[in-house]
Amino acid sequence: MQLNGASLLIELLKRQGIESVAGIPGGANLPLYDALGQSDLRHVLVRHEQAGGFMAQGIARSTGKAAVCFATSGPGAVNLLTAIADAKLDSIPVIAVTGQVASALIGTDAFQEVDTYGMSIPITKHNFLVRSVAELLEIVPEAFRLALSGRQGPVLIDLPKDVQQAAIELDALPAPGVPDPAPEPDGAALAHMARMIAAAERPLLYVGGGVVASGAEAEVRALSAGCGIPVVTTLMGLGVMEPENPLGLGMLGMHGSRATNFAVDRTDLLIALGVRFDDRATGSVASFAPHARVIHMDIDEAEFGKIRRPDISCECDLRQGLKRLNRLVARAERREWKAEIEALRATHSLPLPEDASHPVRLIGSLAAAAPPDCIVTADVGQHQMWAAQSWPVRRSRSFLTSGGLGTMGFAVPAAMGAAIANPGTAVLVLTGDGSMLMNIQELATIAENGFDVRICVLNNGHLGLVRQQQELFYGRRYVASRFDARPDFAAIARGFGVRACTLALDRDEGALARALSARGPVLLDIAVPETENVYPMVPPGKGNVEAIWAQERNA
Amino acid sequence: MNNLPNTIVKLKVRNHPGAMSHITGLFSRRGFNLEGILCAPVGGGEDSAMYLLVRNDERLEQIVKQLRKLYDVMSVVVQDDLDHTVFNRIEELLGDARL
Repeated sequence: MQLNGASLLIELLKRQGIESVAGIPGGANLPLYDALGQSDLRHVLVRHEQAGGFMAQGIARSTGKAAVCFATSGPGAVNLLTAIADAKLDSIPVIAVTGQVASALIGTDAFQEVDTYGMSIPITKHNFLVRSVAELLEIVPEAFRLALSGRQGPVLIDLPKDVQQAAIELDALPAPGVPDPAPEPDGAALAHMARMIAAAERPLLYVGGGVVASGAEAEVRALSAGCGIPVVTTLMGLGVMEPENPLGLGMLGMHGSRATNFAVDRTDLLIALGVRFDDRATGSVASFAPHARVIHMDIDEAEFGKIRRPDISCECDLRQGLKRLNRLVARAERREWKAEIEALRATHSLPLPEDASHPVRLIGSLAAAAPPDCIVTADVGQHQMWAAQSWPVRRSRSFLTSGGLGTMGFAVPAAMGAAIANPGTAVLVLTGDGSMLMNIQELATIAENGFDVRICVLNNGHLGLVRQQQELFYGRRYVASRFDARPDFAAIARGFGVRACTLALDRDEGALARALSARGPVLLDIAVPETENVYPMVPPGKGNVEAIWAQERNA
Repeated sequence: MNNLPNTIVKLKVRNHPGAMSHITGLFSRRGFNLEGILCAPVGGGEDSAMYLLVRNDERLEQIVKQLRKLYDVMSVVVQDDLDHTVFNRIEELLGDARL
C-alpha cells in the first residue's frame, strides 16, 4: 500500500486503539488533518491547544490508557506546553503530535517556527523530531511504549510538514507499541519488608498516584485490612480507600486533617507506596514522620532517596509487588494502634463547619445531589482543597485534578476528555471563578459536542488561595487577588449555548439539586463567602504538625 | 568512593541529534553541577561515549538514576578510579589556544 506520512500516522494511532483526538489545525499540520478527515477517528475541535492537552489528560486519567492531542507548529505547540508539563508532573500517558515547518525551513525562523523539540525536552518523558516518513514506523509505537512503560508520562512527536506529505510504500504496518514488563520485585526485599511490618507497632500506609497507575487499590486495601494498618493518601491517591473505611484517614499534608498528620507524626514504620514525598504532602521534610523507618515501593527507582532515604526499597509494579507482599505478611489486629487512631480522629478530624454557607457544606450538598457514579474534575485553588478534604471519592480515576503542577484551567477541558471516554457517565466540574476564566472558551466545545458536563463555579470573587496566603503570611496586604470585575458566568454560558443559573449565598438547596440533576451541559454559578479560608493549613516551610486553624491565625 | 571533589560519570549514548540536549538539559533542570563534558562517536559511529565531570557529592546518586532514565542513554558508570587527566589535558589544550 502507498501512504503519506500523515495517513501513516493516523493508521498507527488507530492501531494503538486511539478512538478520539483533541486538537486544533493550522498551517503546519494540515496534511495530518486532511488524513484525519478521511479516517474514522473522532476529532474534537477544542478552542485553545492547552485545552486539547487537558482533554487528552481527561481521557488518560479516567481510563488509564494513553490519549492523543494535536497542535500546529509555533503558537499551537507553545500553547500545548502547559498541559504537557502538567502530565509530566502527574505521570499521565499523553502523546502530543505537533506540526512543524518543513525540514528545509527548520532553523530559518520560518513563519510559525519554534524549537518545539528543544522546549519540550524538560517537560516530556521523551520527545522525537521525525526526520523521514520511514522513521514514523518506529517512532509512533515507541512513543506509546515509552508513555505507558514504567513510570508513565507524556511523549511529544514533532512532525515536519514535508514528512507528513512524503510518500511511503509499505507491505505491512508495524506492531503497536506495548508497555515493557515491569521489573520483577526483589523477593528478599519483600521478605525483609514483611518482617519490618510484623515488628512495627504503629505502621502507616502512605499511598499516592502510583497505586492508581498500577491498579493496586485492592492490594492496598487488603494489606491495610489484613495487618491493621491505617492509610493516609496524597491528592493523587484519593479514591484508593473507600470513604467509609475506618482505616482510611484521607489526605495528608498542607491541607490534610490534623488527625492524618498526627498519625504520620506518630508512626514507627511508614510504608510509602507510589508516592514521591512531594513538599505539599510532607511539609518540612526534617519533621516528616520523624520516628519512622521507611519502606518505599515504586516503579521509579529514582524516587528512592530523592527526598527521604528509605530503610528498604523495592522497584516494582505496585500491584505485582503488593500481591507478593500480601502473601508474606503476618495478619495482625493492632488494637492499640487502631485505638490511638480512633482517638486522633475523635479529637482532630475535620469538623463540619457550622456556617451553612461554608464551601465545605456546599461541597457536601453537591456530592449529595450529583449522580453517585459521576466523575469529578477539580480545578486548582481553595475549592480543590475543600473538595479533596470532603468529597466522597468512591473509586480511583473518578476524582481528576492537577496535582503536581497545580494548573488553573485544568478542570473544564479535562472534563471533556472524561466525558468522551466514559459515555453514559456524568462529569461534574468543581471550579472557582479564577480557574473558570482560564479555559472558559471550552464552553463552545462542550456545547458543540453536547458533553454531559455539569460545571459548578464556586464564586468568591477572588484568587482565594492567594488571598488566604496574603491574609495569613503577608500582613493582610491584598495585592492582585481580588477581582473587581465580576463576570456574569451564567450569561456567558448562555452566550455559548450552555444552560446556566446563578445561585446566591442564601440559596435554596432544592434549586441546587434540581439544577444538578439534569443531563449537562449546564453551568451553575454558586456564590460562596469571599473571605473563607482552607483550614487546617501548614505554613510554608513548617512541619505538618504545626498546621494552623482559623482561630489561631496571626497568633 | 574516592574523596576527590569531582568524579567522572561515563555514558554510552545513542549517537543521535538531541541526545546531548537531553543530557545537558537534565543537569540544568535538576540543578546538578556539570563541570565538563567530553563526547565523541565510538565504534562505527552508531554510539557515542560521553565523559561527564561532576561533583562528587550526595547528589551523585540522583544524577546517575536520572541519567539512567534517559531514552538515548544506554549505560551509566561512575568511574571512580579514573583520574581526571583527560580533562586536565583538554584544559591545557584549550588554555594554549589563542581564542
